[in-house]
Amino acid sequence: MAESDLQAIAASMGDRFGDAVSAGVSAIGELTLELQDPSRLKEVSLSLRDDEKFEVLIDVAGVDYLGFGADEWKTQVATDSGFSRAVSPEGGVIDKDAPGRLAVVYHLLSISRNERARLRVRCPDTAMPLVDSVVDVWPSANWFEREAFDLFGILFQGHPDLRRLLTDYGFIGHPFRKDFPLIGNVEVRYDPEKGRVVYEPVSIEPRTLVPRVIRDDNRYSGELTDRPSGADTDA
Amino acid sequence: MREIESYTMNFGPQHPAAHGVLRLVLEMDGEVIQKADPHVGLLHRATEKLAESKPFNQSIGYMDRLDYVSMMCNEHGYVLAIEKLLGIEAPIRAQYIRVMFDEVTRILNHLMWLGAHGLDIGAMTMFLYCFREREDLMDCYEAVSGTRMHATYYRPGGVYRDLPEQMPQYQPSKWRNQKEVDKLNETRRGSLLDFLWDFTERFPACVDEYETLLTDNRIWKQRTVNIAVISPEEAMAYGFSGPMLRGSGVEWDLRKKQPYEVYDQVDFDIPVGTHGDCYDRYLVRIAEMRESNRIIRQCIEWLRANPGPVMIDDNKIVPPTREEMKDDMESLIHHFKLYTEGYCVPAGEAYAAIEHPKGEFGVYLVSDGANKPFRLKVRAPGFAHIAAMDYMVRGHMLADVVAVIGTMDIVFGEIDR
Repeated sequence: MAESDLQAIAASMGDRFGDAVSAGVSAIGELTLELQDPSRLKEVSLSLRDDEKFEVLIDVAGVDYLGFGADEWKTQVATDSGFSRAVSPEGGVIDKDAPGRLAVVYHLLSISRNERARLRVRCPDTAMPLVDSVVDVWPSANWFEREAFDLFGILFQGHPDLRRLLTDYGFIGHPFRKDFPLIGNVEVRYDPEKGRVVYEPVSIEPRTLVPRVIRDDNRYSGELTDRPSGADTDA
Repeated sequence: MREIESYTMNFGPQHPAAHGVLRLVLEMDGEVIQKADPHVGLLHRATEKLAESKPFNQSIGYMDRLDYVSMMCNEHGYVLAIEKLLGIEAPIRAQYIRVMFDEVTRILNHLMWLGAHGLDIGAMTMFLYCFREREDLMDCYEAVSGTRMHATYYRPGGVYRDLPEQMPQYQPSKWRNQKEVDKLNETRRGSLLDFLWDFTERFPACVDEYETLLTDNRIWKQRTVNIAVISPEEAMAYGFSGPMLRGSGVEWDLRKKQPYEVYDQVDFDIPVGTHGDCYDRYLVRIAEMRESNRIIRQCIEWLRANPGPVMIDDNKIVPPTREEMKDDMESLIHHFKLYTEGYCVPAGEAYAAIEHPKGEFGVYLVSDGANKPFRLKVRAPGFAHIAAMDYMVRGHMLADVVAVIGTMDIVFGEIDR
């Protein structure tokens, strides 16, 4: 996977789609294509499959960028009130409806060219995250999209059978979203009086064992190593 | 006569041939399957979400529990993704150890697969034979990590510790007298490498034994030949990988095509099938066990000749040893910080893929510079395979469903995550 080959793919996709696709090879040598115009997903996918020979859709990952880069602990200054258990983030209110919060990341593999690529689409409308389905481009997208729908609530337009996949029958919510609590919303137990399993609101409190900490590490700043500073921060 | 319409049938989730908890809703026309709708997720534990709430190293143990018959390979994918983001590389000796244990794991996985697949379609003996050999490999896991299954042995920057100089010994007990114990301990006199070397001497003969029982067995062939045929194009379109892809004749193995660790230093072949049916996939996996045996032997030879560090020397990522900790203040601080807060990984994203025994096991890691992953996505090979279940069993008989589940090497730990 020579980097020049990836640059060539990036360039030819750029030629074909202009501003709709921005491409870049990261410091660790991975090609990422950002789809700026989500309505052209189908076209871009077909081009990637037929022109660039990415025959295999290896993975589809939903990503929720809510609170990206937010930490739960102060690292630069000492506090005078002591450290909390970091149950809530430090940085105030985060906009849950910000456009582009939810994204779908497609991982592609070309067996004939021995290359990998990543295609990212951000859903413009977070309240109604709608993305075109690529099932008819790569049949393997079927279950991957069902999973992303189940866990993130991303809707795939044109999917033949968009049902929940991993969660329980009758599950409410999309558990992998960042605002869904780790402990969940309901718990189940067997009720001997009713003679059946009952669902109840969770009785435990959420807690953070290790707070989320972001430190400016000099090793990655670019001064001490040959890594470019802020490599990949476009993520 | 009244026209009989197709009816639906429930297969599992408690069916012994469902390899765990698979519920299949089958639409049948007599004995012929019209449509299969697998219901998965009964083992869903939200591993990826749990990993988001913990420092990087604390999730290695979760990886073992994904595909719980090829534990160290799962760890490998995860650790490689972290190493990619951190921009570090394990020392050469650690890389050889990883390759060796990846191949041990591959044999473990394929033995489990062969035993269970055999049992499902009527070859009871296979299960007992395979578990006999698995026992020795489990002992290797135990010797190196202390546990027989969930090892947590690979760490970012290397492996947890060097290979042990001696193997654990059996002790006489109420059930075993001294004579029996001596016999069991015969191969355990030396180091782990000696024990494993002895295993690799014995193992090819064991594979011959399995083949004697199955390869030309009339019943075995009746159950597997021409069942669930997948063409190379279809296999690629459905995202197949590993033996499922190679069984269809696509020569694709990440160990050769996109080598990681020291796979480019060892000599081995990629077995491929021709027809893409269950029987070819069986042959591919059998041949892979022989190749793994070859790789293990090459690794043992190298490891015997080349001592060295198995962890990188960077106390910002790797915790210091107990001895260092006890007389060095700096080490004590590093230890405290690493075990309370962990290390921060530079912002960015990485996709690391390895050739897992079942196919391509990929880990997509998004970091925002914190001490925990922002998003971790595990690409489980079995997930793509079972997604094509409907396509593979259509038009087959009910009994073939069991053969198809077997040939896909389904483990729900990784599919449900």
